[in-house]
Amino acid sequence: MQFTCFHLMPYRPLDMEERAKHRSAWVVLPNTLYDPERGAEQYESYLAQLTSAEGLGFDVIGVNEHHQTAYGMMPAPNLIASALIQRTKKIRIAILGRALPLTNNPIFIAEELAMLDTLSRGRIIAGFVRGIGTEYHATGINPAHSHERYQEAHDLIVAAWTKPGPFEFEGEHYNFRYVNLWPRPYQRPRPPIWIPSQGSSETVRWAAAPERKYPFLVTFSAFDLVKRYLTSYADQARQYGYEPLGSQLGWAVPIYVADTDEQAKQEAGGAIESLFNQFLPNPWEMLLPPGYMSLSSMKATMKARRSLGSRPRTQTAEDLISSGTALIGSPKTVVEKIKRMQDETGFDNLVSMLQFGTLSDELTNRNMQMFASEVMPHLR
Amino acid sequence: MSPSVIYHEVRSARVRMMRAGAGEPLVFLHGAGGLSPWGPFLEDLSQHFDVIAPEHPGFGDSGDGAFIRNVADMAMYYLDFLDSLHAGAVHLVGTSLGGWIAAETAVRNCSRIASVSLLAPAGLRIKGVPIGDNFIWGPEEGVRNLFFNQAYADKLLAVEPTEDEADRQLTNRFMATRLGWEPRWFSPSLQKWLHRIQVPSLVLWGEEDRLFPVEYAKLWGDSIPAAQVQTVPNAGHLMQIECAQDVAKRLLSFLAGR
Repeated sequence: MQFTCFHLMPYRPLDMEERAKHRSAWVVLPNTLYDPERGAEQYESYLAQLTSAEGLGFDVIGVNEHHQTAYGMMPAPNLIASALIQRTKKIRIAILGRALPLTNNPIFIAEELAMLDTLSRGRIIAGFVRGIGTEYHATGINPAHSHERYQEAHDLIVAAWTKPGPFEFEGEHYNFRYVNLWPRPYQRPRPPIWIPSQGSSETVRWAAAPERKYPFLVTFSAFDLVKRYLTSYADQARQYGYEPLGSQLGWAVPIYVADTDEQAKQEAGGAIESLFNQFLPNPWEMLLPPGYMSLSSMKATMKARRSLGSRPRTQTAEDLISSGTALIGSPKTVVEKIKRMQDETGFDNLVSMLQFGTLSDELTNRNMQMFASEVMPHLR
Repeated sequence: MSPSVIYHEVRSARVRMMRAGAGEPLVFLHGAGGLSPWGPFLEDLSQHFDVIAPEHPGFGDSGDGAFIRNVADMAMYYLDFLDSLHAGAVHLVGTSLGGWIAAETAVRNCSRIASVSLLAPAGLRIKGVPIGDNFIWGPEEGVRNLFFNQAYADKLLAVEPTEDEADRQLTNRFMATRLGWEPRWFSPSLQKWLHRIQVPSLVLWGEEDRLFPVEYAKLWGDSIPAAQVQTVPNAGHLMQIECAQDVAKRLLSFLAGR
């Protein structure tokens, strides 16, 4: 199994009473609640955590992109990746991912990733996403064009990396007379591409296609859903006529280990609840702006939502643990759950998030060490 | 009188259309929320005019609007639509998004347009006078912010939409997003061409509009040469619903006095 140590870099000092007065921790939460000194401290801690992952034996460290939110302080993940390149030697660095439709010039993304790949002598893994719905409020990009722009930007970036330049790119949203990267990526033909996803069938079909075979990471979902999505990817691959590798099947999940299940829950319960109940929640107008999902998917989603009642449910640590949305427990418990997923899906690409929500440096460091010494060896 | 409902095909779009009354033709262009059921406002107009209320391509039951990617496309579509009516020159009335479409249509070609009436139209932007963010408003505030008289909002909110109605609202919201998300509810190049609207024009604005502030009325009045501007007291964005009689009366008197 391949292990990624993934980080969201949340703004932990957030005043949760003030947070509760706003509809979301995204886009509309006043940045007067942000303190630059505390922000600098967060970066320092988080960079130290990710850097330590190399010595602990992780294969990959992962960062990601979100805009205008206390949920994650990485609007420009490439900058963090660049800092990590300077602090590490061998470990691979995954940017999970860049939100392609949000930029008006995807060549910039191709260029920056090529630079990072060169600076790191080929240690970069590129992740491509559309961003979550709030990103379209934050950037003004029309969500109705989200899918089209993603596809086009993807095609442009891959071509820029692999096709001899200069060449011309002619799209609906992007048009360039000259595409000619200097520098080109260090890896040949290009850096690997991973696709973090919430499991939409369109994404599964696209990522699994034989000409791509992009590793597919299911993010922050209940155990059964993760299983269903990974299975659908594997089934799709078989329909395309090939057997998927375990490394193509990824699971991104918050994990916390301590000596006993009880201790783990006690230490991490508040932090996991802060992630799911304070940092993450958004009203549907923000999370699913029209066009972010197709109209037919959206109709089905809204119908399901109406039948469940419209109020979002607060999730307790118990809920999150019992649904398998978070793996919190003793090393034995956590190993068992991961092995079960492995047995049931063949997945081999674990993206572990070992700091989440308000989890302190001290607990995070202990968690990382224990995960590396008491979980990873049982799964290698 | 209840209107007849017709499906009218122009180019590749088959639009649903309500029609009632007799007299000179009047085409009513609805706003981003979609074509409301026939109500007192259109009923009053139909006492004096042949009222035609199409549902824009991509909205409600008007079929696939994929070929309409922006309001400029919609304006070109309505030029085709006006040709297809074979009705001579029409009185064009538009509210909100429909007002924007009416203005974009009229700057392109007024030869089939006898007059233009704009009810709190989208389409222009005044720097420093922000509009409401109807894409971030929740379901309840999205209704409340469109009315001054909250009794109308209460009434709408008390009714649980049927499955079909909820689907239709979502369809409308998708199309409205395509047309109005960015730049938000305006076209940067519209204002400089508004002088091309050379027919009698009326701009009506609810004084309590919380989506597009009433300050916008003056800019429209200053930009269209033959426009008269009236503001409507105790009216929000959907003034043709909450002040139906008042708004219909002002419109009819403008149309009679041309």
